[in-house]
Amino acid sequence: MNIVNQLQRQFIDFSTSLHREGFVDDQFTQLQKLQDENSPDFVVEVVSLFFEDCEKLINNMARALEQTQGVDFKQVDASVHQLKGSSSSIGAMRVKNACIAFRSFCEAQNREGCLRCLQQVTHEYSLLKNKLQTLFTLEQQILAAGGSIPVVD
Amino acid sequence: MGMAADSEFHVLAVDDSIIDRKLIERLLKTSSYQVTTVDSGSKALEFLGLHEDDRIHQNTPSVSPNNHQEVEVNLVITDYCMPGMTGYDLLKKIKESSSLKNIPVVIMSSENVPSRISRCLEEGAEEFFLKPVRLSDLSKLRPHLLKTKSKDHCKEQVDEKPAFPSPKQEGKEEQQQSKNNKRKAMEEGVSPERTRPRPNGITSMV
Repeated sequence: MNIVNQLQRQFIDFSTSLHREGFVDDQFTQLQKLQDENSPDFVVEVVSLFFEDCEKLINNMARALEQTQGVDFKQVDASVHQLKGSSSSIGAMRVKNACIAFRSFCEAQNREGCLRCLQQVTHEYSLLKNKLQTLFTLEQQILAAGGSIPVVD
Repeated sequence: MGMAADSEFHVLAVDDSIIDRKLIERLLKTSSYQVTTVDSGSKALEFLGLHEDDRIHQNTPSVSPNNHQEVEVNLVITDYCMPGMTGYDLLKKIKESSSLKNIPVVIMSSENVPSRISRCLEEGAEEFFLKPVRLSDLSKLRPHLLKTKSKDHCKEQVDEKPAFPSPKQEGKEEQQQSKNNKRKAMEEGVSPERTRPRPNGITSMV
């Protein structure tokens, strides 16, 4: 097997595992399908925007939950709602699911529960970031070796 | 058939989320529409040339001097949940404006709330899309866009072609069909997290 085939094989296996382990869902595949020669970096661009947004929102939530005078749960919920929306839009399934759980604790005005959820969301976000960076690196390697990126349905 | 090329259609997309703006822009461009994105309802109104005091100009023709409508907008697609002016507020303002009321408006929302959907449809929204929006959803835009083109430019053609029923009738039919489509969304969506059956692959756009 030449290098391109090896890399492509790795890519397919890795992509499949991302789906299987629930890191991404079908919406991510939809994003990949929207990428073409007119918009060759679309997925990387959207994902980068998502990670920036994630960090900002996680910081907002952390700050809001730190308020000793009293937590503004509406504010926390607004951030979680936003994060849920953007994770849904890019197919970040585990992050999205973590947000869903988070929202119920916001509704219940349960600070401890919220803090646990925040930890979970942060954890899922960093896991996903690593996984996608690996995926993008594989893509770059395939392209650099003169191959094309396989379409994994 | 005389069907206008899609690149003649200009869609204004409104969403406060930068990620969703990028996504809807890509979806629309892939479908060969011209796209402008803005991040708020007020910016949308600005772009459409509507000012707060526009209600005094009810009697003026569709393009008033202070509209910068060199770029015609053929459809507005807007997120529902936005800070400040919601998508619903924007929809209302558009429908209340003599110059803009004929522009089809589509609402997008991440939440499947039947009462929200009915409210929007009653206010004149053509479609209600659940997020994340798919390419297949966008194929529903075509009929609404073609309807406006034929109304504006091809009055004789409307009479000639049986494919386009008269505006009144078409309105009713469209409404009925749209209501059926949306009823489906309402019925399907008991819990917002339930996955909906989806077609495989991408609907190819002509």
